[in-house]
Amino acid sequence: MTAWEPPDRPRSRLAYCCPEKMAEDREPPPLADAVQTDFREVEEGEDLFVSTVSTAEQLSPTSPEPASFPAEDISTNSNGPKQEILLDDDQEDLFAEATEEVSLDSPEREPILSDGPSPAITPVTPTVIITPRVDALFDRSLDEDEEAEENGDTFDMQITVSDPEKVGDGMNAYMAYKVTTKTSLSLFSRNEFSVKRRFSDFLGLHSKLASKYMHIGYIVPPAPEKSIVGMTKVKVGKEDLSSAEFVEKRRSALERYLMRTVNHPALVKDPDVIQFLENTELPRAVSTQALSGAGILRMVNKAADAVNKMTIKMNESDAWFEEKQQQFENLDIQLRKLHASVESLVCHRKELSVNTASFAKSAAMLGNSEDHTALSRALSQLAEVEEKIDQLHHEQAYADFYLFSELLGDYVRLITAVKGVFDQRMKTWSKWQDAQVMLQRKREAEAKLQYANKPDKLQQAKDEIKEWEAKVQQGERDFEQISKNIRREVERFEKQRVKDFKVVIIKYLESLVHTQQQLIKYWEAFLPEAKAIA
Amino acid sequence: MQTGLEKVLEWFPRAVNVDLQTDATLQVDISDALSERDKVKFTVHTKSTLPNFKQNEFSVVRQHEEFIWLHDSFVENEEYAGFIIPPAPPRPDFDASREKLQKLGEGEGSMTKEEFTKMKQELEAEYLAIFKKTVAMHEVFLCRVAAHPVLRKDLNFHVFLEYNQDLSVRGKNKKEKLEDFFKNVVKSADGVIVAGVKDVDDFFEHEKTFLLEYHNRVKDASAKSDRMIRSHKSAADDINRIASTLYTLGTQDSTDMCKFFLKVSELFEKTRKIEARVAADEDLKLADLLKYYLRESQAAKDLLYRRGRALVDYENANKALDKARAKNKDVLQAETTQQVCCQKFEKISESAKQELIDFKTRRVAAFRKNLVELAELELKHAKKIRQNLYIGNLQLLQSCLAVLKGDT
Repeated sequence: MTAWEPPDRPRSRLAYCCPEKMAEDREPPPLADAVQTDFREVEEGEDLFVSTVSTAEQLSPTSPEPASFPAEDISTNSNGPKQEILLDDDQEDLFAEATEEVSLDSPEREPILSDGPSPAITPVTPTVIITPRVDALFDRSLDEDEEAEENGDTFDMQITVSDPEKVGDGMNAYMAYKVTTKTSLSLFSRNEFSVKRRFSDFLGLHSKLASKYMHIGYIVPPAPEKSIVGMTKVKVGKEDLSSAEFVEKRRSALERYLMRTVNHPALVKDPDVIQFLENTELPRAVSTQALSGAGILRMVNKAADAVNKMTIKMNESDAWFEEKQQQFENLDIQLRKLHASVESLVCHRKELSVNTASFAKSAAMLGNSEDHTALSRALSQLAEVEEKIDQLHHEQAYADFYLFSELLGDYVRLITAVKGVFDQRMKTWSKWQDAQVMLQRKREAEAKLQYANKPDKLQQAKDEIKEWEAKVQQGERDFEQISKNIRREVERFEKQRVKDFKVVIIKYLESLVHTQQQLIKYWEAFLPEAKAIA
Repeated sequence: MQTGLEKVLEWFPRAVNVDLQTDATLQVDISDALSERDKVKFTVHTKSTLPNFKQNEFSVVRQHEEFIWLHDSFVENEEYAGFIIPPAPPRPDFDASREKLQKLGEGEGSMTKEEFTKMKQELEAEYLAIFKKTVAMHEVFLCRVAAHPVLRKDLNFHVFLEYNQDLSVRGKNKKEKLEDFFKNVVKSADGVIVAGVKDVDDFFEHEKTFLLEYHNRVKDASAKSDRMIRSHKSAADDINRIASTLYTLGTQDSTDMCKFFLKVSELFEKTRKIEARVAADEDLKLADLLKYYLRESQAAKDLLYRRGRALVDYENANKALDKARAKNKDVLQAETTQQVCCQKFEKISESAKQELIDFKTRRVAAFRKNLVELAELELKHAKKIRQNLYIGNLQLLQSCLAVLKGDT
């Protein structure tokens, strides 16, 4: 157990929630100009928060990172879109200022929007590549990360998964991803390094970690799911939008997976993890294949576990566990429901985007055939507005997806892992109970042998009793240990969950604000055209 | 199901009723409407200083079939061949809405009380919107007739407005519907032939080409706008469900997330309400506009067809006259026929020209009004959503900070 470290400087957890670290490498997308993120470095602000952190921090000895934090970082950003906000020493001012701004609806606040006749409405070029747009939404996160790093965090690690590359041909082909790690931790031999990994490598890593840590109660982050359909398309070489989307979705998921894994204080030190991140060559993890011997063994074990779960009736002496299990059960149900609704929203927004584009074309045609000049022009302008709006919907759908939907999907899987850990505790308890039963039986056998007067068998019996006494003790220790671990893990998990959700939801709301901003801009430009119809 | 109507009529969206001559001599509107099981009863209210009517102000109750009867009587009247007959209002169709309400009723057990109430309100609002629309469309029809210098004097129209008993207009039976179908087939075939005849008059030739293309494009735009608006509504529905689930999460959560979730849920709910309004306004200002002009452009095409038909008849009569003169047989008869055709053709041509010019004026005015209103509404709604989101975001951040400060 490492000594408790004093709370660190505030650091953003946004990095791993937001897959697009690569945004730095890409050119700024067309949206960036509309949304001005005047983010000021918050040097003075930092001190302010360190003090609150020390009181806020719940004492979790092995977790080096501060509790729920990024609120401060976000605040500057989400008010960011149009104004610069200075973090004074007096926090109240921050919000007073902003509130004032919000209630006014004056033109000064909106330098982008013109009240006069519309400037030339530039045609929107449809983008084929999806990712740059999502980057736009995540652009702001970069500022925060850089700022955090500058302050010299002691736990700092940044992992990016990038450059998906198809290796090989036909059905033996696979995607190789570049995993880049930037860190100042002494665990690693260098500060910055990268390796090439394939999907099965990630699965292999998870499988090793799960087998090492789940049974002692650590919540091991689950790896992204396999997808036979998705991969087959890629292997077959279909160079279309859906396979590009699939690869991007997977890349993003892998990045989040690694970040979650290294954020776990015990897992980051695990040699398998270090090896995964550092070693150029990694033994191929064949046991992750579904139809391998190991795969089938896993399936059998899973089934056995399910049966056991039903049969073990645990005497729960600790109300905390019972309560927590119920809570996670409820959370699971609601998150799944929410996930389904958000996925439906993504789907409908994509549909809306397509239908809007189609309407735009139709309106343009109508404008062409209209013989009244001014009306014809207005209809063409309407068509242009609608075309831009369709792009907007398209981007919003991606925000819906990458921000909201994927977060929910990750948490649904994480909660399954949490439930798994509770199950492990049950199994440990069961083992302990079984050992006690066995001990009892051995004692009874020994007592019987006392009467039967068989000295050699008696000795054996006594030895067995000693053995089982030790096992019972071990069982009890294991049970206590796992219970303790779980308590700690759940606390850490809950804190992380709170942080993740807050950060992501606020970011998502920002994306919604951005969309409305753009809508306002477009319609304001159109209005004079409509009025000009004589 | 009876619906409360005072609210309905307050902000009655008269989508396409633009600047129609509302002079005191004849003013018509639908002052009330009642939706019963499978029919809608409109209260047609008339204010008039014309001597034709017994009183200056009176009301009658009419149903959809009676409107159709009136429209058809115009179409069949030879005297009105030279006019664009105002298109008949579409039949009130509550089937889809009713089905949804029924499904909701059946699925009541599977959702929470809040969800059920919310969805019920949604569907009722939708029902009300459809109701308002059908009333508007029937009213527009009557107003167009009342504004037309000749049609407003039509006897059937006066009977329609004044006769306070049931007009006993039954809907067409199967045989009649079949007859109509064949008539339409013949008419379309004929229409193609007639359209092929080149017109000497440039104005009409241009109008012919223009209307054909315009009509098709309006049809396309109308269909596409409908689809777009439907997707918009579906997205709003999803946001509704998301808001509900977030609310449940907020009530259940053990961490300080609960207030957060509740706030976000509220935000989504507010956003959703406005998004639903956006879709409804788009429907009214855009989709309905396009649908109406689809029907009007069809009526204009019909006018051109009638004129074309009259032209062909006239030309045929000329040829027959020449033949008769050549053979010196039945000349007088041929002359009379030719005269009749000529007069008919000229009469139609004269009024058709004015009608088509008026059509363009009306169309431009209607599009202008609706596009301006559409843009204004979109702006208003977007600003409202943005404002809500700003305030909501602020409150969320404040609560985040508050948690940090208060945490021990």
